[in-house]
Order: sequence, then structure tokens, then C-alpha cells
Amino acid sequence: MYVIVVGAGKVGWNLARELLGKGHEVTLIESERRRYLIVEQELEHAVQYGDATELWVLERAGIQRADLVIAVTGDDEDNMLICQVAKEKYLCQRIVARVNNPRNLQHFKLLGIRPAVSATDLILRLIEHEVPQYGLVQLLALEGERLEIIELEVADGAPAAGQRVDEVELPEGSLIISVLRGGAGFVPKSDTVIQAGDEVLLILDPGLESAITPQFTRNGASAG
Amino acid sequence: MFILVVGAGRVGSAVAKRALEAGHEVSVLDEDPLSHEQLDKDLAESWEDAGGRFTVGTALEVDALLEAGIEQADVFIASTNGDNTNLVIAQIAQRRFNVPRVVVRVLDPARAAWYAEQGLHTICPTQHAIDLVERAALDPAA
Repeated sequence: MYVIVVGAGKVGWNLARELLGKGHEVTLIESERRRYLIVEQELEHAVQYGDATELWVLERAGIQRADLVIAVTGDDEDNMLICQVAKEKYLCQRIVARVNNPRNLQHFKLLGIRPAVSATDLILRLIEHEVPQYGLVQLLALEGERLEIIELEVADGAPAAGQRVDEVELPEGSLIISVLRGGAGFVPKSDTVIQAGDEVLLILDPGLESAITPQFTRNGASAG
Repeated sequence: MFILVVGAGRVGSAVAKRALEAGHEVSVLDEDPLSHEQLDKDLAESWEDAGGRFTVGTALEVDALLEAGIEQADVFIASTNGDNTNLVIAQIAQRRFNVPRVVVRVLDPARAAWYAEQGLHTICPTQHAIDLVERAALDPAA
């Protein structure tokens, strides 16, 4: 496939190299002259000099035939604009945007730019997965389908500890789909008894987290 | 009317001052505290004493936009020194905050033309300059 990568920083350069190594056709675009000259020594004709928020620069790179446009500059406005133009003006089927400041993620969403990848968010999610006192881990968000899968640890003294699955007071629109116990996971039945120390996976409509967590925290406290 | 100007450069601050003189409520947002001087310049009193509002903040920060009063704005003017910033915040004003009138300055004629087709009210000073210079240079009647 033909991929345009915008921004030859660490992320863009390495991405371009990996994609080339996998046999894809790649054009990397860099707007800073000195950086361009450094990268050009390795990637040669696969890197072009220019400001990819200028439409003619994208056209020179052949955006009309690009299968994928990846905007990974250090500037969120530039990444948003490049992806918006690629998608809406040049009808590029697939885009990927980098979010530098996670607070800008809402703007990417507003402009319909998906997926938008934030390194900060990715690392935060890993931390949440590794640090159990967070309690709730979001495993998967299917935004188009409006569904989420979360993981919760059942605390000692939680309302759900010792209850059968069909007794746990869950809001409408949520379901326990798996229980992880002693290193193994299984799909529970309605009469499976939840134990303290279990990790449970739930599928739910977005926004129900705060109604669900009290069932799994000590004495029904809200998760911090 | 309540007018929110984001970016107090030459254009933004001049428009803000004219709007205030014309009796409108005017709020200005700029990330540079020193840009306030542009607003005080040529005024008999300070911008605030004259009735203007000024907020220091980055245009993409929703909190800054809220503090500057975007929810009350009848008119939103995007006039920072970055075309892409202007195009993004103008769309935020239009789509998220439903500001009735959004005006966005874009220096690049190509981007201004395409976003105008998409329904943004873009103003391209470069295109005006091109047209004026062309007329002055080539139009025998000029």
C-alpha cells in the first residue's frame, strides 16, 4: 500500500523505516530543512521537504492515491488539519493522527479524526493496568458501536463479593462477561459466585462506570 | 452583540477596538500576556477601563475559551498567527459551541478557499493582496 507519513521526528522516521521494511511504498514529509537533510541521507527519495498543511505539498506527495495518511508532527493543529484535508478533500480512506496534548483529543473527535493516538494516554492505560489500586481498567472502547469493556478487581467487603452473578446489582446496559480467578479466566453462569480478589470483565454502555464500580469496591465506595 | 476575538495581533486587536467603540461587548483571548499592549495602544484609557475583556490562554484549551465567554458569543473571530490553529478553533466554535457567526483569518489562499467551500467564513488577506496588486499592476483602468 502507499503510505504518506507527515513529520520526520522520532515517531515519523521510525514509522517510515518500518513501513518501508515491510515492503510498503512510503513518502515521509518534513517541514524543517535541517531535519529533512538528516533523514534524507537514509531514506533518500522517500522523504520530501515541505509543509504538509500546504495542499500542494500533499498533492506533490501523491495524496490522491494514498491508501493511508499518518500525521505525527509535534503540532496537534497541524495533525488535525492534515487528517481532515486528507479525509474530506482527498477522500483518503484511512488516516491515523498523533495527539501530542491529550487534552486535544476532544478536538480530534469533534473533527471526526479517528484513530487519534496519544502516547500519554497509552502509557497512562498501561500504568492503570499495572497499578491495581486504580481498580478500574478500561480494556477496549468501541466508540462507533458505543460499547466498552472494563476490568474491575473485586475488593474485600465489596457488595458483589460472595454474590451470585445474577444477584449483583448492575445497571441496565451492563453485563459480566468473564471472571479471572487464580490466573485463569472463565465465562460465568448466572449462578457463579463472585469472590473477593476476582477480576471481572464487564461489557457496558459508555458512561455506566460510576454506577458499576460501587458493587466491586469495599463497602460500595466510589472508585478514586 | 458579544464578540470573542482569539489572537490579538494587528488584525485581531484592531477589530476588537473598533467593535468596542461601536458599542459591542468584546472579549479577547491571546496566549501572550504582552499582546494586551496592542489593545491599550491608541486608547485614552486601558482596554479594561474602556470596557473590554482580556483573557490569557491558549486557543485550543476549552477552559480558556469558556473563561473568555465563548458560550455567550454571537460572533467568533479566529485571528491568531497560525492558519491551522485558526481553522481548528473556528470549527470548535461553530460545531461545539454553535456560535452563530464565525470568521476565520487564513493566510494561505488554497486552504482558505477549500475551507470556505466547507462552510467556514474564511478571510484571506493574501488573496486580497494578490487581487489588489494584480489590478494596480495590470488593469489599464486602475
